[in-house]
Amino acid sequence: MEKRNLTCIGCPMGCLLTVEMEGGEVTSVTGNTCKRGDDYARKEVTHPTRIVTSSVYVTGGAIPMVSVKTAHDIPKEKIMDIMASIEHVTVAAPIKIGDVIVANAADTGVDIIATKDIPAV
Amino acid sequence: MSSYDIVIIGGGPAGLAAAAAAKREGVDSILILERDTQLGGILNQCIHNGFGLHTFKEELTGPEYAQRFIDQVEELKIEYKLNTMVMDITPTKEITAMNRTDGLFHIQAKSIILAMGCRERSRGALNIPGYRPAGIYSAGTAQRLVNIEGFMPGREVVILGSGDIGLIMARRMTLEGAKVKVVAELMPYSGGLKRNIVQCLDDFGIPLKLSHTVVDIKGKERLEGITLAAVDGKGKPIPGTEEEYTCDTLLLSCGLIPENEISRSIGVDMEPVTSGPIVNESLETSIEGVFACGNVLHVHDLVDFVSEEAATAGRNAAHYVQAGGTLGETGTEIPIQAVDGVRYTVPKKIHVNRMADEQIVRFRVGAVYKNCYVSAYLNDERIIHRKRQIMAPGEMEEIKLKKEQLAAFDGLTNITVKIEEA
Amino acid sequence: MYDVVIIGAGVTGSASARELSRYKLNICVVDKEEDVCAGTSKANSAIVHSGIDCTPGTLMAELNVKGNEMMEPLSKELDFSFKRNGSLILCFSEEDRPNLEALYAHAEKNGVPGCRIIEKEELHQMEPNISDEAIAAIYCPTGGIVCPFGLNIAMAENAYTNGVEFRFNTAVRKITKTDNGWLLTTNNGDIRTKVVVNAAGVNADIFHNMVSENKIHITPRRGEYCLLDKTTGGLVSNTIFQLPGKYGKGILVTPTVHGNTLIGPTADDHEDREATNTTAQGLAHVISAATRSVPNVPVRQVITSFSGNRAHEDHHEFIIKELEDAPFFVDAAGIESPGLTSSPAIGVKVAGIVADLLKPEKNPDFNGTRKGVLDPKSLSEEDYAKLIKEQPAYGNIICRCEMITEGEIMDAINRPLGAKSLDGVKRRTRAGMGRCQAGFCSPRTMEIISRELGISQLEITKNGGSSNMVVGYSKKSIEEA
Repeated sequence: MEKRNLTCIGCPMGCLLTVEMEGGEVTSVTGNTCKRGDDYARKEVTHPTRIVTSSVYVTGGAIPMVSVKTAHDIPKEKIMDIMASIEHVTVAAPIKIGDVIVANAADTGVDIIATKDIPAV
Repeated sequence: MSSYDIVIIGGGPAGLAAAAAAKREGVDSILILERDTQLGGILNQCIHNGFGLHTFKEELTGPEYAQRFIDQVEELKIEYKLNTMVMDITPTKEITAMNRTDGLFHIQAKSIILAMGCRERSRGALNIPGYRPAGIYSAGTAQRLVNIEGFMPGREVVILGSGDIGLIMARRMTLEGAKVKVVAELMPYSGGLKRNIVQCLDDFGIPLKLSHTVVDIKGKERLEGITLAAVDGKGKPIPGTEEEYTCDTLLLSCGLIPENEISRSIGVDMEPVTSGPIVNESLETSIEGVFACGNVLHVHDLVDFVSEEAATAGRNAAHYVQAGGTLGETGTEIPIQAVDGVRYTVPKKIHVNRMADEQIVRFRVGAVYKNCYVSAYLNDERIIHRKRQIMAPGEMEEIKLKKEQLAAFDGLTNITVKIEEA
Repeated sequence: MYDVVIIGAGVTGSASARELSRYKLNICVVDKEEDVCAGTSKANSAIVHSGIDCTPGTLMAELNVKGNEMMEPLSKELDFSFKRNGSLILCFSEEDRPNLEALYAHAEKNGVPGCRIIEKEELHQMEPNISDEAIAAIYCPTGGIVCPFGLNIAMAENAYTNGVEFRFNTAVRKITKTDNGWLLTTNNGDIRTKVVVNAAGVNADIFHNMVSENKIHITPRRGEYCLLDKTTGGLVSNTIFQLPGKYGKGILVTPTVHGNTLIGPTADDHEDREATNTTAQGLAHVISAATRSVPNVPVRQVITSFSGNRAHEDHHEFIIKELEDAPFFVDAAGIESPGLTSSPAIGVKVAGIVADLLKPEKNPDFNGTRKGVLDPKSLSEEDYAKLIKEQPAYGNIICRCEMITEGEIMDAINRPLGAKSLDGVKRRTRAGMGRCQAGFCSPRTMEIISRELGISQLEITKNGGSSNMVVGYSKKSIEEA
């Protein structure tokens, strides 16, 4: 039986979770104060994911960088691949929140979208 | 000289929420004065997510959260000026401001809402000895350089201070290809949210050294390295524990200080513990009709509470103006005392007849408390005794006082908020 | 081939350059740093001493008093900040009174006007925040405070406008005698000159000893300081000294011309001429010693600390003369305190020595008036509003702590001997000197420097050399653009 201690990142409360696993399967989750904590614990020990936020170079806009995020969480091990997928990208203003900057980034099936409006100048 | 019913100093999350709330309360003559090129304040550079869980039940990035409020301000057709710096405000609420297009100008306000946010403690204020090379930045300045200007401040980073900004920048710099060697924290506990320790340090294998500080800085032109040392219970470096780290960048996340130059120039009473204005139940300062909210009042951890607080200030400013420059009968002023582990409360005083039915009192504790009680007393009678598994200085707390209960209490002279052991 | 090459663009070199520019001479100032005022001139007490504490009969005493007299008219001519706030030298016990009186006797010998000994009651009326342990003091009304950057930069700019050439990032490696003067080998080529003026601060002995058998020896004497927030500006109004001892004038507590409070310096001799670092012991000593004079110094209001090296020569005296065994080589060496105060007088003396050697004609076009960076806060509101209409950059605040506008920063960059780095902008405008210590304004100032000088922000430095502010772009796409 394997036991792992985690801090939940579902919300700022940061509950301390204890997960028990048997043969790669979760057998119990304790310490959470809501369902999200339970979901997070199960996911984190089997296939952890993250949302990645960064910025992309903008031309013709009021400011030179647009903040972006992965539209959904992506596998944790692909974080740096996601970063690589925007390293050479340039977008032209105007940009609106939600605009797709890179579709299916790093083959995750998840788009990278803009999180800021940037008017053109 | 132009005049407005409500002038809001600062167009960040506090100013925006206050403006929207005031407008919805029925006041039309509102002006926001913002010094940056865009509304949104510090949120514009907080490109990470974690904002809005309470307000919108969604996790948003900083710019997205800001846009929700900017949209409200636009929809409500609230006036604002960008690139505008407020130079001075008189006790009679005459504002002197300046920008390129309008030049130097004056505005007479019936009511003012202070929402100027806060700034970071610098290396100089921390008195860290050593050289003064390039490469030493407060975490927020580095954040601006990376997220708004598109520059890398450096490639080999040491971070002093495990507050949220330091943790966020540890991840940010790593994602952009820098090597963050260590995050050092003076206190024996981290000042930031636990989720940030996980997502910003653990995820990237960045070590966190609690009870450590920077004791020397090397490099004559550009930073070359720093010396970390362990500290004792009083925060003093312990000789013999020195460790050298080579680095070209030192980011400092060692405390936020409300930006109160303007508050001081108007002459409002200040609270030394928070470095922000003292306010009453209506978030009104010692000058009638001047309100304060957000980080300029006391530094917050969650922007959702900033928006909530600011909306209260906005509504109260509106009521003040609508009633012809008053919040109604003063009645008795009841002070709130912060003792025994509670460092301060906002508000610091209550006029019972002016308070909301449910009055939020926000506070911070001075140390980490486990399995303790938050207690509130009306005179000597305890009315709140709530068990808390854990409380830390890095997480703002709140209690709610009921107007009904306070009004019914005969001979109320003071309220006390304190931490009591199990 | 120059007539005069001055090594060092600190206050000594700049004062000499300015005075020499009154003549028709081909003059060049060389400095190893990227800007003027980059050595000890930028890291000192900023005091214009009365001169009472100089040993009578010394050149230091003579030039201190002369420099003090010259400072006020010069500050108007060259537009830098100076204030004659007065100084008090505190005595903490009756046992020390003989020392106080001995020091007081210098006033007459040194020609320091207006000094008198005051007793406890008057002392505390003048300065309510002074320690109760201070039983008496010497009051010197001619003591003053100055902006050291303003003084240095003003003299240098005026010299430049009157025809003096400045070569920065130019380090002299060797000086050799030639038939008609001197050959200076530098990292940026050879320079030939008839006369050399050695104003090289902590390194002056190195150059002196290259040409003379009568060696001198300079020890860098570190002085550490703490600067306190402007909200403490009312703490004291006079400059508060403690009775001087073997190593110097002791820790002082003083207002600055800008409204801060400055405490310091320590005095510790060391070996590394380039070591401008502060130390934990030094800063702790500054704070504890300052509280001796003013017990309630609000130490939590420290906004920055810094360190400078005095050029202490073994004989503790200015060396300002043509060297006997090195004709046409003029020392202005050993310029430790009261060097800043004396600098205008040192400039005159050096110019006199050089003029005697070269017998030059006067420069009929010499213009001794110079206007500094315009501070719009000094204008009436009407004039300020008009200025913004004509130049909108003056309506854009960049440094929020000190309220410095884009217009001032542009002026600082575009004027003669203009700023090329953030520290250069800082010393000409005060942008970055406030309580947030450039946290807010740095990115914005970098943008302005980049635009005005037409350089990439990647090239912008804090103070020249390799002190680049940023190391690259955050994304390859920006590089590729």
